[in-house]
Amino acid sequence: MALKDNLHNLKEKFKGTKMSPVFGAFHTFLYMPNDTTQSGSHIRGADDLKRTMNMVIIALIPLLFFGMFNAGYQHHIATGEVEMVSSGFFSAEFWSLSNFWIGFWKILPLIIVSYVVGLGIEIFFAAKNGHEVEEGYLVTGILVPLIVPIDIPLWMLAVAVIFGVVIGKEVFGGTGMNILNPALLIRAFLFFAYPTWMSGDKVWVTGAVERTKEIADGAQLDAISGETILGALAQGQEVVYSTWDMFYGFIPGSVGETSTLLILLGALFLIFSKIGSWRIMLSSVVGALVMGFIFNQVIALGWIGESSKFYDLMNIEFWEHLLLGGFAFGAIYMATDPVTASQTNKGKWIYGFLIGFISILIRVFNPAYPEGVMLAILLMNVFAPTIDHYVVQGNVKRRQKRLKVKTV
Amino acid sequence: MSTDIRIKKGLDIKLKGKAEKITTKAVASNVYSLLPVDFHGIIPKLIAKQGAKLKAGETVFYSKTNEDIKFVSPVSGEVTEVIRGEKRKILAVKITADKEQSYQENKTVNLASASADDIKGLLLSSGCWPFVKQRPYDVIANPAVSPKAIFISAYASAPLTADYDYVLAGKEVELQAAVTALGKLTSGKVHVSVGAKSNSSLAGLNGIDLHKVSGPHPSGNISTQIAQIDPINKGEVVWTVTPQDLVIIGELLLTGKFNAERIVAVGGAIVKKPKYYKTIIGSEIASVIYDAGVEGDNFRLITGNVLTGRAINPDGFLGYYDNCVTAIPEGNDYELLGWTTPVFKKISTTRALTFSWMNKNKEYDLNTNTNGEHRAFVLTGQYEEVFPLDIFPMQILKACMYQDLDEMEQLGMYEVAPEDFALTEFVCVSKQPHQNIIRKGLDLMIKEIG
Repeated sequence: MALKDNLHNLKEKFKGTKMSPVFGAFHTFLYMPNDTTQSGSHIRGADDLKRTMNMVIIALIPLLFFGMFNAGYQHHIATGEVEMVSSGFFSAEFWSLSNFWIGFWKILPLIIVSYVVGLGIEIFFAAKNGHEVEEGYLVTGILVPLIVPIDIPLWMLAVAVIFGVVIGKEVFGGTGMNILNPALLIRAFLFFAYPTWMSGDKVWVTGAVERTKEIADGAQLDAISGETILGALAQGQEVVYSTWDMFYGFIPGSVGETSTLLILLGALFLIFSKIGSWRIMLSSVVGALVMGFIFNQVIALGWIGESSKFYDLMNIEFWEHLLLGGFAFGAIYMATDPVTASQTNKGKWIYGFLIGFISILIRVFNPAYPEGVMLAILLMNVFAPTIDHYVVQGNVKRRQKRLKVKTV
Repeated sequence: MSTDIRIKKGLDIKLKGKAEKITTKAVASNVYSLLPVDFHGIIPKLIAKQGAKLKAGETVFYSKTNEDIKFVSPVSGEVTEVIRGEKRKILAVKITADKEQSYQENKTVNLASASADDIKGLLLSSGCWPFVKQRPYDVIANPAVSPKAIFISAYASAPLTADYDYVLAGKEVELQAAVTALGKLTSGKVHVSVGAKSNSSLAGLNGIDLHKVSGPHPSGNISTQIAQIDPINKGEVVWTVTPQDLVIIGELLLTGKFNAERIVAVGGAIVKKPKYYKTIIGSEIASVIYDAGVEGDNFRLITGNVLTGRAINPDGFLGYYDNCVTAIPEGNDYELLGWTTPVFKKISTTRALTFSWMNKNKEYDLNTNTNGEHRAFVLTGQYEEVFPLDIFPMQILKACMYQDLDEMEQLGMYEVAPEDFALTEFVCVSKQPHQNIIRKGLDLMIKEIG
């Protein structure tokens, strides 16, 4: 294998130079390195971090493609070119190439910007600090385009990625050291820095903002709009989508968050492959159901009347919360980030439950931005080490108690 | 009293090349070697200078920190070379064997009437003391401290190690003598663990607490068993001895001879005739490996098992405590797109396009490739699946890395040895050197706490 040998020679040439991590980052994608065990166990398991991260990416790819179709579909519905689907998940109205290409050309640049900027920073820091390029951004890079509104300007995305990777990760020492989930930090940055691009009824359907501008400039066109279901509920508007639409994901929202069905399949894949923590996934769903159920009971008891601005969001069936907004996506792909989640098994139960619980709490009580999962996860990221601390202290206490019994 | 120990968390690594139960007498080695690297934490003070003539069982060096702990020659012969490294640190003492072996005559004791001090004195003077190790810290025991109990694991669960039932057959007399003698050195009990389905020669011994162990590796590790039987608390000391070393101790007590003979398993997927050999501690590895035969020339020889052993060159020597020699292929080659293609020929605890979960009984031919590069700790929860102790493995590893002694102590460092982290090291996707981290942590504790 000439290529293998040539690359090996190049690797030896770069050894010890600043270029070494940069070269290694690309080399290790083509060839798994020839490193052998130097201490301890002479044999090692088959998995490395790349394989692990790759599993998450595989679980995200269906969502990415669905997001492309959905982007076109939402656009065409808003412009009246396509009727709303009527015949289940495989409806021809949805899975058309004209839908796909609209989404493809909108989403591809998001992916490119996310990866080029993010990996660029990672490689820069790796070369500067002389360590290997770690794989963390492989997943972050694909998560980011999936959790932003489709029409987000690319420069905003680039600025947010720079902020998220540098402040969220590199200042702490890179992959494995960060406190907050970088992808969510990027989204939170966008949300607080450019709120008009992250909420309202103009950003979820591609072309809506442009059309608004054209109308303002005097063009004789119908306005396009597409409010998310949570947005509609928060404003007391009527929801035009069926529960099945929500489950399948034929609704407006961030690029990859809408299809609960595909997220569910992704979750099963991650649990089966033992990459994602089923404890966190399950407990966040339970947490969300509990909070939703409490709100339902509050309505049932008549403590909150129809005149309240919280009535509509509190009144939706408690299980429907799982289908709406980014909750499912957040619980499966974001909350389970092993670096920022709780690291102990017991801690994962608590951490996940609180994410679900707080997500729905924020969702109902925050009228300005009726989506709580992003903030709930970031909040729990901060508390995850505290949860772990108490779980670990339990173990320590057990040990001390054993000693005390002994000495008595 | 007998307790059943059932371990659920763990991983049996099934490798090809298990030694067949045939024992051949290995060709006699010309040169034997004592390597201080086998005796962790011991600084040797050399007695037998180059050219000295020794009988088998005569002292070669002693411990600088405790002159009573002596290390003796496994054979009679002449010290022909003392290899030194930086700062004149002794790396190896090589002894060229005599044609006719002669043994140093140690006095024997009457086991029934001997006092603890008599036995301790004999073990120290005869050079059997290094076989007695202690927890905490997994080092040679301090003879001044009386242990709360003594633990012996006669169940080997690591891959390709010698089957104790097989190598100890017919050694009941020696084992009983050693167990009786050691029992006098502790105020507590002598705990012996055997496999649940075994017919171990240790099962019928008197004066012991017998425990039956079942479950995947590391169920045979002594720490796993101690945690189930009588966990070590702060300030407590327990001793451990491996069953084959008991035989040497027993023979010494009965005959006064230090007989360093031992049966070792030679195995590994690339070994042509994997089987057992009767050889002597410190003998040249070539004396068994040439007969067993190894395929190819790109391989790694390990004295000990693949999880905890030490890599040696073909001109290397059998380790002092080892009862197996393993040969596996080196993995110093690149694998095209190895991080993403489905894996059928390696072991994994995940199902990330890895398929070892489909057939739990399949045997594998693993090489020394790390299957990935070193990374920061990222994944969580995977160590716990193969770690049966009531300890948080990642947290204790991190505590060792940032050298927080209080935290290390609280998290249970007194209860662990590097070998307990062999499996977490095996499954680690970040390819962190767990055993090394734990060893350094234990060494730090010895230095700071003692």
